[in-house]
Amino acid sequence: MKNLTNTKSRVYYILAFVLILLIALSFLFPLYWIITGSFKVKQDILSTTPVWFPTEWVTKNYESLFAKRSAPLFEIGSFVGPTIPGAIRWLINTVFMSAAAMLLTCLTAAMAGYALAKKRFYGRTLIFSLIVAAMALPKQVILIPLLREMSALNLYDTIWAAIIPVVGWPFGVFLIKQFAEGIPTEMVEACRIDGAGEWRAFTDVMFPMIKPGVGACAIFTFINSWNDYFMQLIMLTSTKNLTISLGIATMQGENSTDFGLIMAGSALAAVPILIVFVIFQKYFTKGITMGAVKG
Amino acid sequence: MPSDTQVKRLSTGRLVLHENVAAYLFLLPFLIFFVGFVLYPMFLCVYTSLFDATMGREDIYIGLQNYQELFSDPVFWVALKNTAIIVLVSVPVTCAFSLWVASAISKMPVAATSAFRCIFYLPVVTGSVAVTMVWKWMFNNYYGIFNYLGQNTGLIDKPINWLGDPKYALGCIILILLTTSVGQPIVLYVSALDNVDRTLVEAAAVDGATPFQAFWKVKWPQMMPTTLYILVITTINSFQCFALIQLLTSGGPKNSTMTIMYYIYYNAFKLYRYGYGNAMGVILAIIIAILSAVQLRLGKEK
Repeated sequence: MKNLTNTKSRVYYILAFVLILLIALSFLFPLYWIITGSFKVKQDILSTTPVWFPTEWVTKNYESLFAKRSAPLFEIGSFVGPTIPGAIRWLINTVFMSAAAMLLTCLTAAMAGYALAKKRFYGRTLIFSLIVAAMALPKQVILIPLLREMSALNLYDTIWAAIIPVVGWPFGVFLIKQFAEGIPTEMVEACRIDGAGEWRAFTDVMFPMIKPGVGACAIFTFINSWNDYFMQLIMLTSTKNLTISLGIATMQGENSTDFGLIMAGSALAAVPILIVFVIFQKYFTKGITMGAVKG
Repeated sequence: MPSDTQVKRLSTGRLVLHENVAAYLFLLPFLIFFVGFVLYPMFLCVYTSLFDATMGREDIYIGLQNYQELFSDPVFWVALKNTAIIVLVSVPVTCAFSLWVASAISKMPVAATSAFRCIFYLPVVTGSVAVTMVWKWMFNNYYGIFNYLGQNTGLIDKPINWLGDPKYALGCIILILLTTSVGQPIVLYVSALDNVDRTLVEAAAVDGATPFQAFWKVKWPQMMPTTLYILVITTINSFQCFALIQLLTSGGPKNSTMTIMYYIYYNAFKLYRYGYGNAMGVILAIIIAILSAVQLRLGKEK
């Protein structure tokens, strides 16, 4: 009897493995299709029988992607930099946007998360409830008011309009608060008794200990900001201010059947962020699970 | 940890003030962003829904007229129905599928577990635009692999215009949505399964429970908080599904993929009817709040 269940569960185990492997391959397929598609010649792309592997690897799609639009490398006041392909400018914008959102979020969230976890003050419960309530609401419904706010602040169609709302989103604070609660309070108090100021206690004692939490917050914010297409779509319009996702989406509107060109753009948008994800995967997984504890 | 009486003795006068001032100074940078760019817009969303608001002129107060118009707008009801279909299909499927995958891969060697976890997360990281573009190609009438595979395996006899046919378009959207929404639940379930009390599982096995019984009677109840969290986030995500629709179908054909989120976008950013869009946003937020509350309540009762 025992043997029978053992064989049965072994068979199930192997079947499940094969099935999951197949599904996993189908999850990888779109990515494979983007990357190979971006190097295919037109005949391969427009073949009614799929060409599973490029007959010939060409960079033509990337060349036409870079030739389609152009933008200045930078503008400082009236000083305009050299003209470069639009897609490169979009990548620069996207990296800048995600990095700025990440740094600002980590800084503000580390400070706020520390205060919420370790300090006793009036209004603590209220602020924390507001944070939880805000996270449960669909953040896209505030885009209309945000658009009007950004135009009132003269930030509409600047990269900051896509950065600032990301920094205000309270997930990072929530994450770091959860993490900081696990750090013994004595550590901070000992440091304060030794005569260190509040800020020193934070930077020298607390910050090194919540670093893994901040790391999770950083990678999470970077990826989310990179892929926050809806926000970018609403806030950015002129060619030089687009992000890579938005730029590709715009080009798609005009060249909807030039799949080679669009795959080249998609690869350019996806590959950098995939590399970041694979390198920092461990922190990322931690961030997801940490945010869920008691959530 | 100082005891409460200790804290009370210490927390007098200047100390309390000092602690409060310090706490708020630490909170200040975050609060500026949070109040200015999350709470204030939320308030504005509700407030502006009472106005006839558009670009380039003063808002006109019209009371609840936006809401009245909304409830008699047939497209809104279609959008509500489609959104409900998306949520009702994708939430249970996502939860069941990710629970199955997680429980299968968590028994594998560590390297395999993390490889699978990573693969199932990839579509999320790839970003909605790149994902949408490649699916658009795969669904294409002439050059897409779906029509090729379907015809070759004999499942369909002539090419189907997947995204252009009201019968299939919503199904295609849901399929893509599913691939981008199982990543996070799988990660969560794998870690929840890791945290299940091993001694209980072993005790159940000693008492003669089959692996199946051990799973449902011992592990499942312990994972309830995770399941609840997954239900809530998957529901919110399904409601917010936007990029797929904007880039693939624009709500068509014949409104068959019109969702509330897309209809908000259409009204606010194509027709510039900010007040009307906000009224819909308020309704959407209320629906999501009620659903989350119901899910949490049901979960607690169990």
